[in-house]
Amino acid sequence: MIPGEFTYHRPSSVAEAVAILVSHGDEARPLSGGHSLIPMMKLRMAAPEHLVDLGGIADLKGISEDGGTITIRAMTTQHELIGSDLLAEKLPIIKETSLLIADPQIRYVGTLGGNVANGDPGNDMPALMQCLNASYVLTGPDGDREVAARDFYEAAYFTALAPEEILTAVKIPTPPAGHGYAYEKLKRKVGDYATAAAAVLLTMNGGSVASASVALTNVADTPLYAADASNILTGSTLDDATVASAVAAAEAITDPASDGRGPAEYRTKMAGIMMQRALARAADRARS
Amino acid sequence: MNDMTPTREQREAALEGMGCKRKRVEDVRFTQGKGQYVDDLKLPGMVFGDFVRSPYPHAKITKIDATEALKIPGVIAVLTAEDLKGVNLAWMPTLAGDVQMVLADGKVLYQNQEVAFVVAEDRYIADDAIQLVDVEYEELPVLVDPFKSMDPDAPVLRPDLDGKTEGAHGPRKHHNHIFNWEVGDKDETAKAFAEADVTINEMISYHRTHPSPLETCQCVASMDKVKGELTVWGTFQAPHVIRTVASLLSTIPEHKIHVIAPDIGGGFGNKVGAYPGYICSIVASIVTGVPVKWVEDRMENLSTTSFARDYHMTTEIAARNDGTVTGLKVHVLADHGGFDACADPSKWPAGFFNIVTGSYDFPAAHLSVDGVYTNKAPGGVAYRCSFRVTEAAYCIERAMDILAQKLEMDPADLRIKNFVKADQFPYQSALGWEYDSGDYHTAMQKAMDTIGYRELRAEQKAKQEAFKRGETREIMGIGVSFFTEIVGAGPSKNCDILGVAMFDSAEIRVHPTGSVISRMGTKSQGQGHETTWAQIIATEIGIPADDIMVEEGNTDTAPYGLGTYGSRSTPVAGAAIALAARKIRNKAQMIAAHMLEVSEYDLEWDVDGFQVKGNPEARKSMKEIAWAAYHAPPPNMEPGLEAVSYYDPPNMTYPFGAYFCVMDIDVDTGVATTRRFYALDDCGTRINPMIIEGQVHGGLTEAFAIAMGQEIRYDETGNVLGASFMDFFIPTAVETPHWETDHTVTPSPHHPIGAKGVGESPNVGGVPAFSNAVNDAFQFLGNTHIQMPHDAWRIWQAAKDLGAHG
Ligand SMILES: Cc1cc2nc3c(=O)[nH]c(=O)nc-3n(C[C@H](O)[C@H](O)[C@H](O)COP(=O)(O)OP(=O)(O)OC[C@H]3O[C@@H](n4cnc5c(N)ncnc54)[C@H](O)[C@@H]3O)c2cc1C
Repeated sequence: MIPGEFTYHRPSSVAEAVAILVSHGDEARPLSGGHSLIPMMKLRMAAPEHLVDLGGIADLKGISEDGGTITIRAMTTQHELIGSDLLAEKLPIIKETSLLIADPQIRYVGTLGGNVANGDPGNDMPALMQCLNASYVLTGPDGDREVAARDFYEAAYFTALAPEEILTAVKIPTPPAGHGYAYEKLKRKVGDYATAAAAVLLTMNGGSVASASVALTNVADTPLYAADASNILTGSTLDDATVASAVAAAEAITDPASDGRGPAEYRTKMAGIMMQRALARAADRARS
Repeated sequence: MNDMTPTREQREAALEGMGCKRKRVEDVRFTQGKGQYVDDLKLPGMVFGDFVRSPYPHAKITKIDATEALKIPGVIAVLTAEDLKGVNLAWMPTLAGDVQMVLADGKVLYQNQEVAFVVAEDRYIADDAIQLVDVEYEELPVLVDPFKSMDPDAPVLRPDLDGKTEGAHGPRKHHNHIFNWEVGDKDETAKAFAEADVTINEMISYHRTHPSPLETCQCVASMDKVKGELTVWGTFQAPHVIRTVASLLSTIPEHKIHVIAPDIGGGFGNKVGAYPGYICSIVASIVTGVPVKWVEDRMENLSTTSFARDYHMTTEIAARNDGTVTGLKVHVLADHGGFDACADPSKWPAGFFNIVTGSYDFPAAHLSVDGVYTNKAPGGVAYRCSFRVTEAAYCIERAMDILAQKLEMDPADLRIKNFVKADQFPYQSALGWEYDSGDYHTAMQKAMDTIGYRELRAEQKAKQEAFKRGETREIMGIGVSFFTEIVGAGPSKNCDILGVAMFDSAEIRVHPTGSVISRMGTKSQGQGHETTWAQIIATEIGIPADDIMVEEGNTDTAPYGLGTYGSRSTPVAGAAIALAARKIRNKAQMIAAHMLEVSEYDLEWDVDGFQVKGNPEARKSMKEIAWAAYHAPPPNMEPGLEAVSYYDPPNMTYPFGAYFCVMDIDVDTGVATTRRFYALDDCGTRINPMIIEGQVHGGLTEAFAIAMGQEIRYDETGNVLGASFMDFFIPTAVETPHWETDHTVTPSPHHPIGAKGVGESPNVGGVPAFSNAVNDAFQFLGNTHIQMPHDAWRIWQAAKDLGAHG
């Protein structure tokens, strides 16, 4: 449980950080809260020779809204997400999800940027960002580019992020006021990654669903945006038969690992149950 | 007497003696982060040891090359089995009569087995060097399933035992067989089964888990080559035994070995035995001449340093139609891993598993235990348990529920019908124990009344109906557990460790000013001995507990004792303390008589001193007597006021309790929520009710963890899974149920203060309560037995198999 040797860098601007990444290529890794990276280094599953601590870059903090888009800068901690009035009002599902991540100590240092950039299918924020149709701002030597969360994840720990890029912000379209939402997570204990979890965002028009978005956590080697399930729900009245077929569509795209949380079959079923429960709560909230 | 004279009650209260909810004195330092643990120790010139471990569960080692590792600056040495052979320490004896590799000698028997010991100037260098030690392995077929251990074509795990047909406990039947242990009357039992109206037969497994103390195992060994003296600081539940073993193994005379156990962060049986890390550190210090520290990490601790349980218990009960039990037959297949490293008293290969008749009056019983080798880590330690009592309690408590189901009787009523009755004590059990005392009916009735047992059953019935009508997806389970423990090992007639009888000891020294230092052969790992031992002395000799310092763990100063595990401290050392204190009080009485110029027979004890019978104003306090003992002792009497006592208990003590668990289960996710948990404990005389409550809370939390998910798993190729706190279930305050505690008091008739042990009762009694609750919940759907651990997916699986998912 002791990491190998590495050189520690603490740049004070994004440009400087990118420059360090460029000069060391694959040997360098950004460090945010360190609560995914350091454990992997201690297990020697990761052995970066250069750690580029983003903690000294003031520019990477903050939450703002502009023209229907909420921007959360990468180094915003999960604790700060929970405390944000803006998010509580406009995007309450972020607080609900953050409160289900790890424990308070980890949330004080774990960041949104690190959580979504990490590429661990166990992390909760990536599926949520897919559900919210967020995009990530990636800053490299050639400037910024934006990648949709739904396109970002390739496999476990493999993402669209290039080695010399930093994820600097997450942009989320502000959902309409009165939307329904819920994040349901099944876990073995506080501090555990999900056995299965589901994020649901819903808008209702009278008795029927105007728009629906469903995404799943930790039931494949990437987060899953459940496009078919979302489509099936849209336009429906959330009658039992429709919900059942949407759940089946969501279960169909899962491909979980069998591990201490349970065999694959169980985790697939739990993804369905979590989705069903999230849907019920989201629908409740949307109507009220 | 003037108004300022304290009343008798006030003087008594000032002592904070037995029965007082005295706050734990050790917590002053623990809560401030000022405890001194092994890893806090820093000695000049100290270096660090760390292990190269095997990635394979079963393999031949064809080469170990440390050349590259030794090139790293700061790497001092890399020890292998070949080096240890030079000092005859490549293998070490286990407490169970087996031998165990210290470092892999030609082969490895389990994943993460210790292969080489790297010694370096700091931990970081050691870890870097580990990556560079080049070990070549040749994989061998892996044996994981204990039920296949004795197949004719099973791989040979222990070529060192080739041709050995006699083990430490009798004949071996197979190359992977360790021992067979039989107790009871086979013919009588067979007769009971032949004549039975009803029988049950179930294979009840107690899975492999781990004590996982917060502080892992660690030590610092320091050899002074000039003086020829070895000092070892370590996480030792039994420091004196470690000293004796170290002397026998190293041939350093015992008086030149100083073993010191400083503060210990939990033991739970994990810190009784000797581990390769201790041996390698000692050898490395002898080789290098500087102190060597070894601290294992969490994964090393969980995956290699002593598992617990792994008992597979085929259990049969014979009974009459009215529910009276007539016979018990148990066969245990015990998975010991690669070596038999159980830390039981030497003559007991399966510990005290023969307490398996539990709280019930079985006229006939027969038990047979077979120990086998597999490619798993060694251990089989008593995880908060008196040597396999936990397994036994789980076995009988689960089986009684299964019998109740078959008889269509209420499980509480079935137990009550078969309890050993209060007037049967001392009670001779069919498997050889003499239960010292008990009042099971009273305890059970109190528990059932308090929890509202009959009402809960009615509620459960209504919920089952609602479930069947499709109105709810939640079901309810009520877990009943009535356990009897056997603790306080133990009487020299049947308990020893490597030949040393399992007595314990206390030394008490009263200083001239009336304060006290006392030392024992036990060693607290969190049990609060510094608090409770002082309370016993306070009551016995009338000196306030706050004026009594308790010190344990230093073999140079403490009298020899066998240490703390198996709930033995209060039954054994607790008795020694009371008896040593009484020696002091006897001498004090003679001194007081001299001071008051009366015969000692004219004096009577009064809380904190002696008074003349019929003239209470003529009295001498212990404080005055202590001064006199050093200032002006009676003529012909030795000065001073101190005593030592070594106590060989005449019998074990038999704590018992009634536990009830009320659980709600979400059938669709398998998530179980404990709605209520009620624990009534009878541990005889209660020394400190608050500490008892704390012990019960802690033990119940462990029981909850074990029953509901805590497990060391192996896949079919021998990889150890879940050996980190990400998977190994340690509940937090959020998951832990609320505990309701209660008690009755049935003092032990043979113990000087009537006390029994309590620290392990909640683990012993808690596990069956949880497991029975889960099993009970599914009974109406046709369930007989669901194996532990009951984590969510397994409960879900059980629900699915029973057709509960539609
Ligand atoms: C016990 C425990 C339990 C946990 N439970 C959960 C849980 O239930 N749910 C959950 O979602 N998370 C959980 N976590 C993870 C936690 O939320 C992490 O903090 C988070 O995943 C990573 O954020 P970080 O800021 O700590 O990133 P780091 O650990 O610093 O980095 C993670 C990875 O992302 C890269 N990276 C970091 N920031 C950037 C960036 N701005 N641009 C590009 N690459 C970057 C790093 O190079 C690294 O590869 C848990 C962690 C622990 C230790």
